[in-house]
Amino acid sequence: MTRIDPEKINVILATDCGSTTTKAILIERLDGHYRQTFRGEAPTTVEAPAADVTVGVINAVTEVGELAGRRLIDEEGQIIRPARDGQGCDIYISTSSAGGGLQMMVAGVVREMTAASAKRAALGAGAIVMDVIASNDKRLPHQQIQRIRELRPDMILVSGGTDGGNTTKVVEIAELIAPAKPQPRFGGEYRMPLIYAGNRDAVPLIEKVFDNGVELTIVPNLRPVLERENLGHARDAIHNLFLEHVMAHAPGYEKLIQWTDSPIMPTPGAVGNILQTIAQRQGLNAVGVDIGGATTDIFSVFDGTFNRTVSANLGMSYSISNVCAEATLSMILRWVHIDMDERDLRNRVKNKMIRPTTIPQTLEALVFEQAVAREALRLAYAQHKEFATTLKGVQQQRTVGDTFSQEISGQTIVDNMTLNLLVASGGVLSHAPRMQQTAAMLIDAFQPEGITTLAKDSIFMMPHLGVLAQVHPQAALEVFERDCLIYLGTCIAPKGTGKPGKPCLEYQISGSKLSESGTLAFGELKLLPLGVGETASVTLQPARGFDVGAGTGRRIEGQIKGGTVGIILDGRGRPLLLPENAKTCREAAQQTIAALNLYPEPTTPCPTDY
Amino acid sequence: MAHAYTPGLKVTSRVRQRCRRILPIAGEVLVEAGDRVSARDVIAQTFMPGEVTPVNLSNALSLPPADVPECMLVQEAERIEVGQTLARTKGIFGLFKNEYKSKVAGTVESISSVTGQLIVRGEPLPLQLLAYLSGEVAEVIPAEGVVIEADVSFIQGIFGIGGERFGRIRMSCDDHTQELTPELITANMQEAIVIGGARMSGAAVRKAIEVGASAVVSGGMDDQDLREILGYDLGVAITGSEDVGITLIITEGFGEISMAERTFRLLALREGDESAVNGATQIRAGVMRPEVIIPLSEEKRAQEVEGPHSTGVLDVGSVVRMIRDPYFGQIGSVASLPPELAVLGSESKARVLEVEFDSGEKAVIPRANVELVQQ
Repeated sequence: MTRIDPEKINVILATDCGSTTTKAILIERLDGHYRQTFRGEAPTTVEAPAADVTVGVINAVTEVGELAGRRLIDEEGQIIRPARDGQGCDIYISTSSAGGGLQMMVAGVVREMTAASAKRAALGAGAIVMDVIASNDKRLPHQQIQRIRELRPDMILVSGGTDGGNTTKVVEIAELIAPAKPQPRFGGEYRMPLIYAGNRDAVPLIEKVFDNGVELTIVPNLRPVLERENLGHARDAIHNLFLEHVMAHAPGYEKLIQWTDSPIMPTPGAVGNILQTIAQRQGLNAVGVDIGGATTDIFSVFDGTFNRTVSANLGMSYSISNVCAEATLSMILRWVHIDMDERDLRNRVKNKMIRPTTIPQTLEALVFEQAVAREALRLAYAQHKEFATTLKGVQQQRTVGDTFSQEISGQTIVDNMTLNLLVASGGVLSHAPRMQQTAAMLIDAFQPEGITTLAKDSIFMMPHLGVLAQVHPQAALEVFERDCLIYLGTCIAPKGTGKPGKPCLEYQISGSKLSESGTLAFGELKLLPLGVGETASVTLQPARGFDVGAGTGRRIEGQIKGGTVGIILDGRGRPLLLPENAKTCREAAQQTIAALNLYPEPTTPCPTDY
Repeated sequence: MAHAYTPGLKVTSRVRQRCRRILPIAGEVLVEAGDRVSARDVIAQTFMPGEVTPVNLSNALSLPPADVPECMLVQEAERIEVGQTLARTKGIFGLFKNEYKSKVAGTVESISSVTGQLIVRGEPLPLQLLAYLSGEVAEVIPAEGVVIEADVSFIQGIFGIGGERFGRIRMSCDDHTQELTPELITANMQEAIVIGGARMSGAAVRKAIEVGASAVVSGGMDDQDLREILGYDLGVAITGSEDVGITLIITEGFGEISMAERTFRLLALREGDESAVNGATQIRAGVMRPEVIIPLSEEKRAQEVEGPHSTGVLDVGSVVRMIRDPYFGQIGSVASLPPELAVLGSESKARVLEVEFDSGEKAVIPRANVELVQQ
């Protein structure tokens, strides 16, 4: 890989090799600004008959080239670099989640402390964590060993103990892993990569326990003291081993690694990277979600702290049946305004699971899928909140002033009231026929409080931009702002509960094209038009017992962004409690649908109404 | 012409099937290339490393971990038996000695002076690999397994539960549209592969388990029944390890759906033949569908010609099955393939096709919601 001079980069080619599709985008410098200009895609070719990921890359890049009228591939099937005479590109970068992405097992001494830090490091690096082994995970040692034997992860991360602390416990964990002889997922041709990121004093003992049984990498302790996490070294080691071992064993990747001008990143790691960059640069608290067929990834940055979770079995096709099992059908049907037969729905869900590529044809099928999506997102966000916490095990010095404070370590850092930006991606959110549907799914599932901007990733470009941020942050930021996000608008939601119909918020909104003021009643939803690129000033006066960010009953002023949907005033209260009675609940769903104009009126099918 | 997004499942009266049978770890292959094997023959065997039992001797003997090695009466790699004394403390002036007797048999794998732990590896676990496919050993992969080849009738289902099972094909329904109900399951279906028509009811499955049938294959089943049979709600379609006393395979989908007529006819033709079935289904990371494999006798092999396999191409006149509501399970032929995107009732835009049903009724369906039916 050559050193890159950002000043000389005018044309950037980026690919994301997903499990099923390889997506390529072209970014060009136009009038001094970087813009995403063309996009193409082709099936991923990791599996037989091609069994070479670069075939899919060439196909996707060729499509981009054809659309752009720019030759990107030469006669020898190589990407033309650098750009010259209207051909080729200056840099080529890629992410990958093909072949199931990066799968890891992590271990630590205490589940809530070093094991949690190890899990955070693995997730942050873009891995799927298959299991967390800890001394206090409520399994007996032989059960833990059995589990390690059954798993076939790509690599293992072991942590435990603070530097200079007790070495026994972390060696005990190593003694569970070593005799289990874990086998790597891609067969026995290479030794299992294992990263040790625990008590530095235990390093010689760890080396002795593992002997030559694993490919051992030692990095600085990810929890050198209980009060501090140091995940960077472990994440870097995960990325390096991902390239050296996992990727190198996947078909065609050896070639792809040589093609790219920057190390290939796991797709979720790249998404996390761009969200972190944006949040830091703009001083935002942001949450990003990517709901797929099998899994739902949630990324958050609150006060500069990044967290990522993968809900491995919450998705819209392969895992749809699991969403129904975990959420229960009655919880899903809370969001549905039409009569549906439970037995029939159960069969439909299973049929979607076994034939995951089908799409909703009827309005009824769409309404049901979007209801399932709300529950999948709600469950995934609950898991994320549970995971994204302050460090556990930190000693706290309490003063007299804290006598009555119940605050303990390990509280979630996810605070919907301070959330500024909520970004959606993934089929069910990105391809919803009406943008209001995307906004409604986000609001119902995440329940943002106060003032929150809603957006969606236009063409799932965040992975490309995440890896680009590593080599050219300015280009990544410009494209993110101008082309990546489609702003849906802003949600204003007072926190608190009250009696239906009673006022909960007085609002005054004034912009160049919108001037509105009024009262929002508890239980009411209003949609006000404020278009893409428009902003408005708001003055919000919540009623007693309600909060929009400044405290209960306290007035706030601020600026809000418009979008393809506009401004949604959500007076349904937080937490959002839907009526328990099925009939009343259905009426509430109908009111929501009417207020936000979510769905067309059901009509008798006519020849043009497929 | 256009590609169907969901190619139909493989249903063929004769195909040369290659079956790779590999041990999970290296072992001994018991057959040679050219040997004829039948489904239930053991073709390879190995010993899986025994279970590992950690024993914290430091706690058990109230000793600092560093003192454990010198109290050991056995050494690493030594074989131990249940009740054997493994370690003894020195006591005080030779008195009050503590000792630890083994609760498991096996081999001492390691003794740690850091943690005071002893790791005992249990007896190796024997594992025998069956041929599964009756046929000829085409290739031996030394120490790993074999490749078996045979001419078979092959039927892929859409979903199944339970693992590999064997038995003779027994038809229980008169035609492919008949529901499989308990009265159609009889005592003489013990160890049989029972073939139904349309939906298999939960009661029919329970009756089949009761009479000791090996497997039931039918068009569809209700998810509610599946939940009752399994005892839990199946979340992810990764199956094959269920232990409910039977293997179940549905060929079309969940709900009231008939088995494809061609599949039913083929199975009826093979009534009485010995076959192997596997309900294992995996729809993520390398699709795996359940299967019924019926090896062909010399006589039947001569009668059957290997048919052409579907290339997954839709064309006007192609017979397709609807795989999603509102026309789920219905079969029709493609009347036209409009190239432009169409707006569906859900307001989504998608590529569609026009299909004509036997009744003459026409409907427009997203291409993603049909699959080709082999004729």
